[in-house]
Amino acid sequence: MESNSQSPIPKSLLLDYTLRLADDALIIGHRLSEWCGHGPILEQDIALTNTSLDHLGRARSLYQYAAEQFNALPAEKKKDVFTSVALQQVLNTETNVDEDDLAYLRDGWDFRNVLLVEQPNNDWAYTIARAFFYDAFNYFFFTELVKGKDETLSAIAEKSLKEVTYHLRWSSEWVVRLGDGTDESHQRMQKAINELWSYTGELFTANETDKAAHQGGIGVDVNSLLQPWTECVRNVFAEANITMPQTVWMQQGGKEGRHSEHLGYILAELQFMQRAYPGMEW
Amino acid sequence: MEKEMKKSEWPLWEVFIRSKAGLDHKHAGSLHAADEQMAIENARDVYTRRMEGVSIWVVESKYIHASDPGEADSLYDPANDKIYRHPTFYNLPDEVKYM
Repeated sequence: MESNSQSPIPKSLLLDYTLRLADDALIIGHRLSEWCGHGPILEQDIALTNTSLDHLGRARSLYQYAAEQFNALPAEKKKDVFTSVALQQVLNTETNVDEDDLAYLRDGWDFRNVLLVEQPNNDWAYTIARAFFYDAFNYFFFTELVKGKDETLSAIAEKSLKEVTYHLRWSSEWVVRLGDGTDESHQRMQKAINELWSYTGELFTANETDKAAHQGGIGVDVNSLLQPWTECVRNVFAEANITMPQTVWMQQGGKEGRHSEHLGYILAELQFMQRAYPGMEW
Repeated sequence: MEKEMKKSEWPLWEVFIRSKAGLDHKHAGSLHAADEQMAIENARDVYTRRMEGVSIWVVESKYIHASDPGEADSLYDPANDKIYRHPTFYNLPDEVKYM
């Protein structure tokens, strides 16, 4: 990670960047939690729930840090960061937000997660394909983020890397198990890979926040992760008898708050309690 | 891998966990898994979620040979009256501590 700038990192940039990573973690964590009680077998049900909790744990650390950055902004700036009404209402009476406000009171357009993580579970193969693409990305991403200048992000990355290393091992093995399994499992695995492929491009496309964070030495150059990621994917596919999909048009938009229809349904379920009973605790 | 792999056909595995370095692996329970790799991962997820272990052994249950509970009388009862096999007849000198 290189740094071209000696000036301090603007709070708003750190907020943007941290929040994006938090949103990715929350949404994938929620998606995986939907398997709870529905796993194909008890042991895998627990495996997915464990993984989901890893992601949610990371989401919490990141939201707490994001809230810190938000709270440090000048008062007149705070109102301009999010347009979600519920969060604006909190700011009418409070000066500070916390992790829960960020997770539960922002609407879809204020979420910055990549489109991949919000895609539905569909079937087991689909869930595995999505997990595999994301886990492989995470592995290389957090390996780099550890080296970043921001101590908190670096510490979160270090903890996450251990978890992600296991996630990647788990999902890679499932790609092989299904891809190299029965005719039906192979077919389903290949189909899931093909259908989700167009959501992988966004991971490696740097938007303004990515570029600024990388320039400032706190973020990762996501373009540079494409090569090791592709190699990792290619190796697993080779072992799994899965054909690498053709290059296709890559979906974009999540990082800018333009989401697929699925995010709204996720948030409806995820945020219902706090929206219906504001401030409730349990 | 089997052609037809239904969950009911996944073999059963016995799980042994070492709770910390230097201690024995102890039987923790059993679980279903399609292969040994998955068995270790399932064991990790099912039996070490609360920091219970630092090492896992798995063995397919079919490879465990067990004694017959019906033979318990002839196998274990004969030891019942051999009380001299317990080291309880010695008077330990006071100088020997920590026994």
